[in-house]
Order: sequence, then structure tokens, then C-alpha cells
Amino acid sequence: MGCTTADVVTALRAAAAVVQEHRDELVRLDQAIGDADHGENMRRGFAAVVSKLDAEEPETPAKALKLVATTLISTVGGAAGPLYGTAFLRASTAVADLAELDGDAVARALRAALDGVVARGKAEVGDKTMVDALTPAVAAAASSTGSAAEALAAAADAAAEGAESTIPLVARKGRASYLGERSAGHLDPGSRSTALLLRALADAAAKA
Amino acid sequence: MTATGRVGLVVVSHSEMLANGVAELAAQMAPDVAVVAVGGTEEGGLGTDYGAVVEALADADTGQGVVLLYDLGSAKMTAEMAVESAEDPSRYEVVDAPLVEGAVAAAVKAQGGASLPDVASAAEGASGETPVAATSTTSSSSTTTSPTSQKPVLHVVPDAVTAEIRLTNEVGLHARPAALLTRTVAELDADVLIRHADEEANAASVLALMGLGAPGGATVTVVATGKDAAEAVRRIEELAERGFDD
Repeated sequence: MGCTTADVVTALRAAAAVVQEHRDELVRLDQAIGDADHGENMRRGFAAVVSKLDAEEPETPAKALKLVATTLISTVGGAAGPLYGTAFLRASTAVADLAELDGDAVARALRAALDGVVARGKAEVGDKTMVDALTPAVAAAASSTGSAAEALAAAADAAAEGAESTIPLVARKGRASYLGERSAGHLDPGSRSTALLLRALADAAAKA
Repeated sequence: MTATGRVGLVVVSHSEMLANGVAELAAQMAPDVAVVAVGGTEEGGLGTDYGAVVEALADADTGQGVVLLYDLGSAKMTAEMAVESAEDPSRYEVVDAPLVEGAVAAAVKAQGGASLPDVASAAEGASGETPVAATSTTSSSSTTTSPTSQKPVLHVVPDAVTAEIRLTNEVGLHARPAALLTRTVAELDADVLIRHADEEANAASVLALMGLGAPGGATVTVVATGKDAAEAVRRIEELAERGFDD
């Protein structure tokens, strides 16, 4: 059973709601090691995504993902804009003109998203960034052999673990890297938002 | 688009004020270069706006391409995305350069009609181009230092064409006159050093010239080598006689 365009749109709206809910938490995380704007930037970006989805109905899952990408790039403001924008854009390209997404398509989309983020931000695993959440998520989705919902659930679980793993790390990329050793002991806000997004998409897919 | 157009500059900053300030400074050195500032989010907050950078690229491109400079990491990513989304990304180059020094160096290079790669490398090479410190101690500690320890350590330049030149303008080798001097010799096949007091600077660098702190009324020494050395000295003399058009 695959995810139709309508399912994808529903999942993206759910992701936007989760970002809205967790705005303050992301602000707090970013306050500790960054410039405290991640929560508000993400809220603003996904609020704009919802407005776009209200205004136009994407015809395919790929077009829905592309709409998210272009909206985030233009509205987020901070580093998360180009990074998530690139992730959604590459994911969109990876699923091309499929009418429905199965588990395999989800895995490919996540792989493409990760490659895009790495190309854009030049971060590696262990740098204390969203790559630490996305990398295990990609691996988990790839080894899941079930539906889109199952692939996303596996990815979400792995991303949550990956995000937690950033706590002891010393940041080597982004604003937190300016803090050096002092960045250790804090959860990376970008990895947290990645885990939140994947969990929201997975929960929505499970209900579809 | 004209064949005689110059490479344009786009300054991408998280802050609109910072972008405007850098662009203002760079534009003063290079009156014929399109220097476009883009900073802040659509709502006027701190951040970078992808759409605005795309527009700035179009505004700055007069046919010879555009060099983009940025302040912080995410501004670089936004700049790179704007370049990648362009019809012909090879016309644009995002450079790793100190924002202020890089913008000034790139603007002056572009004013001289340099190509995109040359303007980009001028920006990238802009760091650390300070005057050669000819004295090992600063003037503030000079009372405790014997005069012999402050002997100038200037380059020995064999076969150079040299001239003593008095700066007849009021401000000396300040920003605009320094830029004028750099532009005057930029197209010549000559290496030109300017010496003032116990320091020397490469005339190719506006910032290094400014760093000499040569005031109006001061006398500087021009040391030129290369095929066009004599012409370089002649042009600088002429410029000084005109009071740097002040």
C-alpha cells in the first residue's frame, strides 16, 4: 500500500503542526548552542508551507515535496532554509513522477535528501548536525522491506536515536562550532527537528 | 548586457545594514561596478532570503558575471543555491573571502575590467594584505627602544624605477585616492611598491595602501619593477600632481 499525493500532503501538514508545537523547544535548544532562531525559523517556514498547500493542490508527491522545498528556501532565513530546502528538493527529484510512494521510494527519497544536505552543508556524521539524525534514518529506511509507513517509522526511530547521540558531541559545523568544547552536553537543534519531522511523517503515514 | 560591462558583485549578509555598508564601501572604490547588497529576511529580520539573492544576481550581472561574497555559513549556502538555480551557474562565483577586504579587493579588480576568475581570486587573496611591518616595535613603545632597533626592513628591489612623490591632496592615501592609485597601475605590467615612513605596501592592494596611513602632505616613495615600471611611476606622479582629483 503506497502513499498517494493526498497522503503526502496530509503528512506534510502534520509535520508543519509538529514544528509549530515544538517551536519553543527548538528555540531553547538553539539558545544553548546557537543563535536561538531555529524554532522560529522552522515555524515560519512550515507556516508558509501550509499557506502554499492551502492555495494550490500538488498533482504528485514529487510536486508536493518540491513545493515544500521552494517555500522553505525562501522563508526560513537561517541555515535550515537551504539545508531542508535542498533535502526536500532532492527527495522530490528522487520520486520523480510516481503517483504513489512505497517503502522503496521513501528509502530512495531519504537517501537523496541526505546526499543533498551533505553536499550543501559539508557536514559528516559526528559533526553534531542534522546529518547525525538523517544518516541512521536513511540506513533504517533502506533495510526496512515493508510499506512507506514502515520505512518512515524505522527512519523516525533511528533519527530519534541519532539526535540523542549528538548530546555529548563537540560541534564541528554551524554556529554551535564557534563554542567548541562548550557545545558538548547539548542536543543539536537541527538533529532534533529532523527527528521531529520524520516522526510526524511516519505517524501520518501509519494512519493513511 | 554589453561587451564592455564589468564583473558585478553581490554582498550577501544576514543583516541588511551590514550588506549595505559593505556595498557602500566597495562601490566607493569602484564607481562603474554594479555592487548589489542583499541582507535580512523578507520581514526585515536577520537572515538570508533566497529569492532576494536570485534577484540581486540578475541586478549585478551586466554581462561579465558576478562574484558573490557572504558573511556567515548559511549565507554561503543561500548564495550557492541561488547560483545553482541560475540558467548558467558558470557565470557566478561564490568566494570564500573576508567580507570587507574581499569586497573592496574584488570591486577594485572589477573596476579595472578583470575577468570573473581574476575578480574572484582578488577577493579570495584579500586576507592578510597588510603593509609590511618595517619596525618591530610600535610607536607607543618607542621611548624605551633604541633607534637602531627600528631600522626599516624594506625589500631590496634591484633594477627598480623609483620616485619620491608628495601627496598634495588633503586626505593623503585614504580610501578613494588609494583605490585610484591601485586602478591606475592595475592594467600595467609592473610590480609597484609604495613606501611611507618605515612601511611599504603593494600598490595592487587598496587596503594595504590605506594601511600605510600616509596623510596629506606626506612624501611616499614609489618603487616599480617590470616592463611598464617607468610608465607606472609616470602615472602615479601625474595622479599626485592632480591631487588625486580631490
